[in-house]
Amino acid sequence: MVLLQTVGRTFLNFLAAAGRLAIFTTVAVSHCFRPPFYPRLLVRQMIEIGYYSLPVVGLTAIFTGMVLALQSYTGFARFSAESAIPNVVIVSITRELGPVLAGLMVAGRVGAAMAAELGTMRVTEQIDALNTLATNPFKYLVVPRLIAGFAMLPLLVLVADIIGVFGGYLVSVHKLGFNPATYLKNTIDFMEVQDVVSGLVKAAAFGFIITLMGCYHGYHSKGGAQGVGQATTNAVVTASILILCSNYFITELFFAQ
Amino acid sequence: MIEAQDMPDPKIEIRSLYKAFGDNVVLDGLDLDIPEGRSLVVIGGSGTGKSVLIKCILGLLFADDGSIKVDGEEAIGLRGDTLDRFRLKFGMLFQNAALFDSLSVLDNVAFGLVAGKGMARAQAKEVALDKLAQVELGADVAELYPAELSGGMRKRVGLARAIATEPKILFFDEPTTGLDPIMGDVIDQLIVKCVRELGATALSITHDMSSARRISDRIAMLYDGKIIWEGPTTEIDQCGNPYVEQFISGSEEGPISFLTGA
Repeated sequence: MVLLQTVGRTFLNFLAAAGRLAIFTTVAVSHCFRPPFYPRLLVRQMIEIGYYSLPVVGLTAIFTGMVLALQSYTGFARFSAESAIPNVVIVSITRELGPVLAGLMVAGRVGAAMAAELGTMRVTEQIDALNTLATNPFKYLVVPRLIAGFAMLPLLVLVADIIGVFGGYLVSVHKLGFNPATYLKNTIDFMEVQDVVSGLVKAAAFGFIITLMGCYHGYHSKGGAQGVGQATTNAVVTASILILCSNYFITELFFAQ
Repeated sequence: MIEAQDMPDPKIEIRSLYKAFGDNVVLDGLDLDIPEGRSLVVIGGSGTGKSVLIKCILGLLFADDGSIKVDGEEAIGLRGDTLDRFRLKFGMLFQNAALFDSLSVLDNVAFGLVAGKGMARAQAKEVALDKLAQVELGADVAELYPAELSGGMRKRVGLARAIATEPKILFFDEPTTGLDPIMGDVIDQLIVKCVRELGATALSITHDMSSARRISDRIAMLYDGKIIWEGPTTEIDQCGNPYVEQFISGSEEGPISFLTGA
């Protein structure tokens, strides 16, 4: 009986949380299309998400590309299939590793910062103050972040793709002895528009998910410093899980036969 | 005592206000009138629902039942843009000032003018400097950020932000909490001055009786979700209400049980 009660309560809590998130998402998206708009805040968030995430995303991408080339070589050398390395690197980076790893890194950097900032604003009554100054917190705080995340992640992933492929090139040419011109030619020959586009679509979805989770958990945080810490953790964990789940479904949408 | 015929019409009328959080009933059929142009202070112990009362009037919390009329306009049920417009009537000084960390002092004070009233940024900043001067802060403070201010300065900036749009109703949430007695007195005097200059109706909540006496024309005591006494500040010492007497004397003996928090 106690077990049933626990299962029932957990299930109801899950439904309530899903409902709250669905309402939050609907309200936030609806405010994206209704004035007033705050272009200064949007630009600030774009710089925060896009420009300041470049180092962490770039470093992740270059080492991922380098490791990918190295590991592929180890495996492919057994079958004398080393020439397939440019193919593996470009497909893996553009389809999967670029968007997913950039998404996870940005979730850790930006999602956590957003949850902490909005959470602190909530517990110190700054969000209430916004309301009393006749300013809708969704328009002022949530909308610029959502749009910036949605718009900047694809640009970041595009940069990550280029840097990741360059990482593979560096290792292949300088360590594995590939001919530079041949490697580049093979990379370009194997690159398909659909691979890049699917990665950018994923990036836009991940950008939306990261900022939505950061804003949602921050906006609803309570209970002082501990509540803000909990909100930050929840934002990163839920964004990361949703990135990995949605990655599968978007992949299926593009590539399922 | 102010005779009934001398009392202005109520600016804010609250009737049978009810608000609960789960099983915890915080406001239980509260009735209160706040006369126009007067300063009313609601006193009461911690956790008795004073802040909830203010948040219900401002629509930051939605009351479960009852009526709140401001200038005859029903506040309960307002949503969206209508609620935003309704809130333009109010200025609010929060307990810890609630200044926006990411904005300078000047931008904090000008915020309501730019975002709420649509004033041009340059003009709003001029007005903000005037308001800072009203709370006795110089232009040198204007470019600082909230993290660089002392508690008293934060309260003064919060007060300047509250009066920047020249609202006709001002709310003060625990205006002297966390301040030393001298700074508390300075803030109280500034509150009285600002309310008088604006000709505003003021509602404050506090459990600091010295502050309540300094800034109020009338005092109401909130206990067990209801207003149990309301009258002129000059009469509170002779009110004969045992709850009020215990509260203002700060005695442990009396009908208020501090063990239960009620």
